[in-house]
Amino acid sequence: MPLNVVILGGTKGIGRALARRLAARGDRVHLLGRDVEDLARCAADLQARMPTPSPVTFSVCDLERPETFAPAVSAAATELGGFDTFVVTAGLFATQPQLEADRAFTLRLLTVNFAHTILLCEHVRSYLLARSGGTLCVFSSVAGDRGRKPVILYGATKAGLTAYLEGLDHKFRAAGLRTICVKPGFVRTGMTEGLPEPPFAADPDQVATTVVRAIDRGTPVVYAPPIWALVMLVIRWLPRAAMRKVGF
Amino acid sequence: MPGVQVRSENLEAITVDVPLTRGLGRAYGDAALPAPGDTRIAGSALADRILQFNPETGDMTAEAGLSLDELYRAFLPKGWFTPVTPGTRFVTLGGMVAADVHGKNHHVDGCFGRHVSAVRLRVADGRVLTCSRTEHAELFFATMGGMGLTGHILEVSFRLARVPSPWIYQEARRVPDIDTFLAALKESAAAWPMTMGWIDCLSKGSSMGRGVLFRGRWAERHEAPADFPALNAPIPVPFMFPDGLLNVHTASAFNALIYHQPQARAGVVHPRSFFYPLDVAADWHRGYGPRGFTQYQCVLPASGGHAAVRRFLEVVTGAGGASFLCVIKDCGPEGEGLLSFPRPGISIALDLAMGDDTQALIDRMNESVIAEGGRIYLAKDALTRPDHFRAMEPRLDRFLDIRRTWDPEGRIRSAQSVRLFGW
Repeated sequence: MPLNVVILGGTKGIGRALARRLAARGDRVHLLGRDVEDLARCAADLQARMPTPSPVTFSVCDLERPETFAPAVSAAATELGGFDTFVVTAGLFATQPQLEADRAFTLRLLTVNFAHTILLCEHVRSYLLARSGGTLCVFSSVAGDRGRKPVILYGATKAGLTAYLEGLDHKFRAAGLRTICVKPGFVRTGMTEGLPEPPFAADPDQVATTVVRAIDRGTPVVYAPPIWALVMLVIRWLPRAAMRKVGF
Repeated sequence: MPGVQVRSENLEAITVDVPLTRGLGRAYGDAALPAPGDTRIAGSALADRILQFNPETGDMTAEAGLSLDELYRAFLPKGWFTPVTPGTRFVTLGGMVAADVHGKNHHVDGCFGRHVSAVRLRVADGRVLTCSRTEHAELFFATMGGMGLTGHILEVSFRLARVPSPWIYQEARRVPDIDTFLAALKESAAAWPMTMGWIDCLSKGSSMGRGVLFRGRWAERHEAPADFPALNAPIPVPFMFPDGLLNVHTASAFNALIYHQPQARAGVVHPRSFFYPLDVAADWHRGYGPRGFTQYQCVLPASGGHAAVRRFLEVVTGAGGASFLCVIKDCGPEGEGLLSFPRPGISIALDLAMGDDTQALIDRMNESVIAEGGRIYLAKDALTRPDHFRAMEPRLDRFLDIRRTWDPEGRIRSAQSVRLFGW
C-alpha cells in the first residue's frame, strides 16, 4: 500500500531527497513549507518522478508561526484524503560561534527547533491517534546525544527534541503511533555548505535511503548514515574530563 | 587561493554578481575554475529540480544542476533517456549545454544542443531572460558550447528520447590498424546509431591504430533482461597511486589484454559499461598519481581523409607512451552552437599523465591539428595556447562579439576564458 506522506522541509536538502525517494516508489506526498513558489517547483519535480504522474499538493506551514500548524495539518489531511505518515526535516541551524554572537537568532533557533517543532508534533500526534495511528518521523540530530563544544545551543534543542520523541514512543506506540527519531550526522546540504567536512560526511540520498527503511519498519531511533550509532556510542561514554579537552 | 564555490538550492540567488557558475566541477581543464583573482563562484549542483515533464512528448524543463546520474535513475526506468550522453554521467544539464556535449551517436543525433529548445540565463548585467531559436537567438547559439561565458545557465528545456529498453545491445570487434579502423567506423555509421573505438596508442608502425571497435543500440524489449540495470555507487579509489605505477609497461599489458579478447563479441550489456566505463571507479584520476592527468580531444576534418588521422597519430605515438589509450569516433554535421566542438571528421580523445613535457606535446598536437584544419574541445583543455586556439577557430571572433555585446565589462569569465581570450 502506498503511503500518504506529509513532509515539512521537503523542499531542500535531506527532505528533498526523501520526498523524491517516496514519490519515485509511488507514495503520495503533500509538501509543507514557507514559500509557495518554492513549494510549487518542488511539487512539479516530485510529480515528474512518480511512476504514474499525479498532481503533488502543498500548503503553507511555517515553523516560526505556530498559528499555521493546525490549518496546515488539516489542509494536508484534506488534500491527501487523510495521511498516515508525517515527516519533519525542517529546522534552523547556525554554528556555535554564530549563535554566541547573535542573541536574537539564538532565541529564534531555540524556539523553532524545540518549542515550535514539539508543538507541531502535538497537533500531528492528536491527528494520527484519532485515526488509530500512523508514523511521526522527526529529524533530530547526533548533536543532541551529548553536550559538545561545537554544538552547544543547536545540540541542546535537538537533545530536548530527542527526549520528547522518546517519551511519545513509550507512551503511544501501543496505541498505534510509531515515532521515529532520525539522528543524521554531517550531511552535505545547503545547510552545511561551506563548513569543514568531518569524517563520515554523507550525501542526502544516503540518509534518505536509511530513513525510508526506518519509516517502513517503524524503527524508533535511527542514525544516518548508520556508522554514527557507533561513533555516538563512543562519544556518549567518554568521561567529562575527556570531553573538556577534545574539540568535538 | 583557488577560491570557493557557493552552492544553494536557489541558483538565481547565488548567481548575482559572481563571475562564473559551475556544475559538478568535473571539467578536465580549467573551464570550471575561477579566473586568477576571482575568489567566489556559484555551484549549481543543489539546484536540480525537474520543473516540467510532458510524458507524451518527452519535453522537460529542469534546473541547470540536475545531473545525468539523477536523470538516469529517475527516467530510464520509465523508458526515457537524454538523446545525447557524454562519457560520464557526473555532469549537469548546465554543463551539457555549456560544452554542447556529444556522444557515441553524434553521427546520427548531433550534440546535446540540438535537443535543447530554450535556456534560462542570468546575463552579465543581472537580468534573467529566456533564449531560444526564436528569442535572443544569437545568445542562444553562443550559449551552446559557450562554456558558460554568455551568462549563468539557470534552467534548460530539452527533449528526452524514448528508449525501447534500458539495456544496450553491443558488438565489439578487434581492428588491426588505423585504415581498417576508419573504414569500419564509416561502414558502421550507416547501420548503427552508436559507434566508437579504443585505440592502443602504444602500437606503432603497421599496427598503429589497432584497437577495438564498439557498435551499439538500445536493446529491444524482447532481447533485454526483465530487470532494471541498477547503478551502484562508484567504487572509490581510496588513495593516490604512487607516481609511475601507471607506466608504459603496465599500460602496454592492459592494452594487449583488451585487444586480445575474443575477436567478436556481441550481446546485451549494461548501459553503464557502454556509456560510462570509467564512472565505475570514483576518483579514478588517482590512478595517475599526485600530478594527475589532463585530457586532450581534437577533431580532424573529413577532407583530410585517412592520411590526416595517420599524421596525427604519428605525433601521439611518437611521444613514446605519453598516452596509452585514445578514443576515436566519427563526427556528424557541425552543431548550431557557435563554439560547438564537433564537425564532420574524426574525433580523437586521449588521457595524458601530467609531466614535464605535457605542454610541449600538446603544442605539437595542436600544430598538427591546425595543419589539418581541425580544432580542439574546450571542455577538455587546460594547456592550449591562445594563438593556437585562434588559429583553429575562425568562429571565435563572432562568439567574442556576442559575448562583448552582452557582457561589455567582461564580468563573466573563467580561468580558461582569461587564458585563451584574455578576458
